[in-house]
Formats: sequence, C-alpha cells, structure tokens
Amino acid sequence: MKLKTLLAATALGALMAAPALAQQISVKAGVLNDRSGIYADLSGEGSVIAARLAVEDFKAAEKGIKVEIVSADHQNKPDVGSTIARQWYDQDGVDLILDVPTSSVALAVSQITKDKNKIHINSGAGTSDLTGKACSPNTVHWTYDTYALAQGTGGAMVKAGGDSWFFLTADYAFGHALERDASAVVTKAGGKVVGAVRTPFPGTDFSSFLLQAQASKAKVIGLANAGGDLTNSVKQASEFGITQGGQKLAGLLTFASDVHALGLQAAQGLVLTESFYWDRDDGTRAWSERFAKLNGGKKPTMVQAGVYSGLLHYLKAVEATKSKDAAVVMAKMKEMPTDDPLFGKGSIRVNGRKMHPMYLYEVKKPSESKGPWDYYKQIAVLSGEEAFQPLAETGCSLVK
Amino acid sequence: MFELLGVPPQALFGQVLLGLINGSFYAILSLGLAVIFGLLNIINFAHGAQYMMGAFVAWMCLNYLGVNYWAALLIAPIAVGATGIVIERVFLARIAKYDHLYGLLLTFGLALIIQGLFRNYYGSSGLPYGIPPQLTGGQNLGFMFLPTYRGWVVVASLVVCLATWFVIEKTKLGSYLRAATENPTLTQAFGINVPLLVTLTYGFGVALAAFAGVLAAPIYAVNPNMGADLIIVVFAVVVIGGMGSIMGAIVTGFSLGLIEGLTKVFYPEASSTVIFIIMVLVLLVKPAGLFGRAA
Repeated sequence: MKLKTLLAATALGALMAAPALAQQISVKAGVLNDRSGIYADLSGEGSVIAARLAVEDFKAAEKGIKVEIVSADHQNKPDVGSTIARQWYDQDGVDLILDVPTSSVALAVSQITKDKNKIHINSGAGTSDLTGKACSPNTVHWTYDTYALAQGTGGAMVKAGGDSWFFLTADYAFGHALERDASAVVTKAGGKVVGAVRTPFPGTDFSSFLLQAQASKAKVIGLANAGGDLTNSVKQASEFGITQGGQKLAGLLTFASDVHALGLQAAQGLVLTESFYWDRDDGTRAWSERFAKLNGGKKPTMVQAGVYSGLLHYLKAVEATKSKDAAVVMAKMKEMPTDDPLFGKGSIRVNGRKMHPMYLYEVKKPSESKGPWDYYKQIAVLSGEEAFQPLAETGCSLVK
Repeated sequence: MFELLGVPPQALFGQVLLGLINGSFYAILSLGLAVIFGLLNIINFAHGAQYMMGAFVAWMCLNYLGVNYWAALLIAPIAVGATGIVIERVFLARIAKYDHLYGLLLTFGLALIIQGLFRNYYGSSGLPYGIPPQLTGGQNLGFMFLPTYRGWVVVASLVVCLATWFVIEKTKLGSYLRAATENPTLTQAFGINVPLLVTLTYGFGVALAAFAGVLAAPIYAVNPNMGADLIIVVFAVVVIGGMGSIMGAIVTGFSLGLIEGLTKVFYPEASSTVIFIIMVLVLLVKPAGLFGRAA
C-alpha cells in the first residue's frame, strides 16, 4: 500500500515536472568589458545594469526563461579577455557574451565564440572588421562601428568645408580601423589626408602630436582615439589654441561620458556621431531615467544602451525558437526585425551588422546647456543604409 | 626654410620645449621618490596614487569648497602630505626593519586601494578642471604657441626642485636628514629625533607628488588612473638617475622628458618605450644609475 502511494506520487510528480522542465530554458549571459580602465565609464558596470534591465523588461521569468548575468573585467587586454571567454564557454556554461569594448579584445572574443559555437553580441568595440574581413556567423555587431562613425562625422565635416585632414590615431586595432575608414570617406568626398601620427595607447600628453597636426595646416584634426586619450587630446587642443586658430576637431568616437568628463567649456563645438543619446525622445528618456537611478545618476552611453537592446533581441529569439542552439537562435535573430524603445526599428544583416540610424550631434556651448548631461544638439540623421558599409564592400565571407 | 633630419626646425624647437614641460612632471615626481628612497629606503609605489590624490583634492576644493587653483596649490600638498604622515606612522614605520620588498608591496597595495576607492566614487572617465583664469592664453614664440600655463609649470617645478635640493644638500636641517640616513642610531644619540624626521620626510615626498598632481589637473584628464600610467615611467627615471640621488632625479627628469619629446617627432610609436630602452642601457653600463653611488 505504502509503496503504491509512493510510486503514484512519484509518477504524478514526474508528470507535473516534465512539462515545466521541457519549457524551462536557462540562459547565462556574460557581460565582458572594461571595469577598471579608461572604458569603464562608458561600458563597465553600466552595461551590466543595462543587461539586467533587458531581462526585467523582457519579463523573462513569466516566459519560462531563466536568465543569469555574470560579468568580468577584460582590462582591455586580448589575452585576459580570451582567457575569460574560454573559461565562461568551457566551464561556466555561458551562452552568449555581451559588450566587449576595445577592438583588439573583441576580435579575439569573436574568434573564440565562433570556435565554441556560441553567440557574441558586441556593443562596445568599434572596428568594422567584426562584420568585414573578420566577420563570423556567431557575432552580431550592435551599436556602432568605425565605418559608420567615419561616414557620420567625416562626411559632415568635409561637406562643411573641412577638406584637408590630419589624424591623431591611437596605435592599436581600433585606431587603425577608424583612421582607415575615415580616410576613405574623406577622400571619397573630395578631401585629402595630409598626414597622421600614431600615438602610443593609452597616452597622457598629446601636445607634441597636436603641434604636428597644427604644423600640417590641415583644416580638420581627426581624433581616431577614445576614452581618456580623447579627453586629453581635446583638453590640450584647446590649451594650445588649436581650435581658436581655426582648425576644427573631429571626435571620431566620442561618448556622452567623455563630454561629461571634459566639461562643455573644453568640449563645445565638437562634432560627433552616436547611435543613441538619452535625450532623443520620450522612450529613451524614460529608460535613461530608470538606468540613471541604478547607476549613481549617470546617464547611459550608446554602448550601454546597445547591451540592453542586443540582449532583449536575443531573448526574443530564444523565446521564439525555444532553443539555445547558436545557429538556430542566430538565424532567428537575423530573420526577425529588431524593435525596442532605444534604437527603434531595425534589422540584422547577414554579416552580423545591426542596422539602425546614426545621429550627428554637436556639443552645446555652456550657455545652451540646461545642466549636467544636457550636452548635444542634433545636426543630422543618417539612415542605416547611409551610415553602414554596403554589404558588397565589407569583404565578409558570409556575403554571397 | 632648412630642414633638420627631415623635420622643420620650428617643429623641433617646439618639441624640445614640450619635452621640457613633460620633464617637469617627471622631475617633481622622481624627486619625491628619490627623497623618500634616500631617507627611508622605501620604494614608494603609492606615489602615482598620491599624485592623483593631489589633482582630485584640487578638484574637490573647487567644487565642494569653492577654493580656487592657487589655494589648492597649497592645500592639496598639505592635505595629501598629512595622509602620507598617517600612512608612515601606521604602516611604514612598522616594517622599516624588514627588506625593501615589504615596503614596495605595502605601498603598491595602498595604491591599488586608493585608486579603487576613487574609481568607485568618481568613475574612470575623469572630471573637468579648467585652467586658472590668470594663466589662460599664451605667447606666440615664433616657432610655436606656448600656453602660459605650460610656462608656469616649468617655472614652478624648477623652483620647487631646486629649493628641495638646496634644503637637503645645503642647510642644517638637510644635514640632519642625511646624517639620519647614514647612521640613524648615532644621529639619535646626538639628541636628534630620527623617527620624527623620517615621518616628516615621507610627508614631504608625498606632498611633492600632490603638488605635481595639482599642476597636472588643468592640462591632463583628472581621473583615478592618471598616476598609475605615469608612475612606471617615473620609476624608470629614478632608476636611470640613480636611486636616492636628489640632483640625479631632477636632471634625469628633465632630460628624459626632452628625449621623449624628440622621439615623438622622429618615431612617435616608440615614444612610450624609449625611456625603458634607456633604462636598460644605463643598467647594463652603470647599474647604480647615472648619478648614483655604487653600493
């Protein structure tokens, strides 16, 4: 009798558990970025907060998807990033890696992701090689790339008469890619590149390089660097009277957090391209308010917004396919249109390039700003097709 | 116009001057390190963090207290120097009798903690700090535009460096200090309070770092890592000059700034490594450093 009850109970239990087990998918997402160096403010913990918000807004628990988020610091070093990525995939059961600023690290992580057949949604890195000659069926490049930045800022500056350029280039993969892409845009638009200097990364004193740029008499000094390098070079350009002397600065990759660090006095007039600005519309403002509350009052950068948007889209694909298989989920992600309050409607191309508009902004004068984080005025909008590299030119092997 | 090795002379003069300006920072920072090493035998790895604290105290003075740059130039070294005195009394004094390595590890750990704390509160991208209104603008020297502020940096650091050298090498106080280094027991027997001298010396070395930090605040990004990036170079400067040599630190600081500046013209990619190449060469030829006494 007792045995019968027990068996029945077990059977019943198994019966009840079975459908739940079949439906329960647990996803482990790793946010891999710089948590202590120069890119920590534009990615860092903020990206982890953004990922948590994505899980919250997706209502993952109600849909039977359990999402766990882990994070780590790659210190902007490819070897450190690779080690963490391998450990996450091999031992910790991580299904996808998000963010990964610093192009050299991103390229390494993208390759490992391909070898391990997982998914990488990159938000932080710039190099357009991620969807070009180093493209991978397992990688989506979400937020921006060097090509789009060059199209936005480069194209606009040449149109406004800045037809001779001198580059200050951070001496690593990202800087090289940005310089290459921007040079192409400038030359194509009828301008010319009169010189470039490769600056050791990261650097503190850019005055020597700025003087070389000044001596070149180029109309525009293109800053192909980011983070602290950018802050230092803009600050010192204003100190050496370069902007007052009539030469214009083009911050090819400038984040809201950089402008915040520079202050409007030093940053005013800088022209830059971003895919997300917190104060663009009601949707971005509402989300950014929630984000800032969790992030010590700091507004999100486009990188952090991209982590949110990318994870949201991934979760939608997992929900639709009921699978975590990289090929299945990736096919769905590329097939489904993307849609969220931060980037609006968009799509993912076959080479992994996420398509959305890019916005050209100019940094406000101190007198125009209403307070902290009120920094940009919009000058122009480039559609995804205008901003990102035409598929045929990417050199990606996935494009047939 | 004639050219020198393919570089127009005006660019060259400009770079020499800029090199001297950067050399000023190397000189003040390596001077502080040399003073601390010379008298305490401690390799102060927290020096970069203390330089950063100087810049942050200047920022805090302006934003929390409304105190301007000139006052900060005085307040920051005193405030940061005071933390140095606490560190010396609480930590360094206890490990003075052990090997150098303990002091190095302890100060390195402190540097990481200090940088981490600042990063936690202020983020990593930095804070804005403007050039004081009296020093904005600049002079056109014909071959380059020299911002007034940079000129001030060179003058201020030269004065501070030479004053420090004078006090240590030429005054009675300095002779006590040097005596305490040579033979602390005997010096104490003459009725001189050696532990107090040691504490004050560390405080002074730290104050020098903070002074450099305030000088740097208007021109470099004020962020928690600003010292970490610089300190390794400064260590190389001290090694090249000779550990503990006051004049060595000053002269090497300025001249390596110069060499680095020239490298930025001829082969920019190597400008961050040239100092280390020189360090290797100097260590091979003269292990005690250019101005150091062989042990």
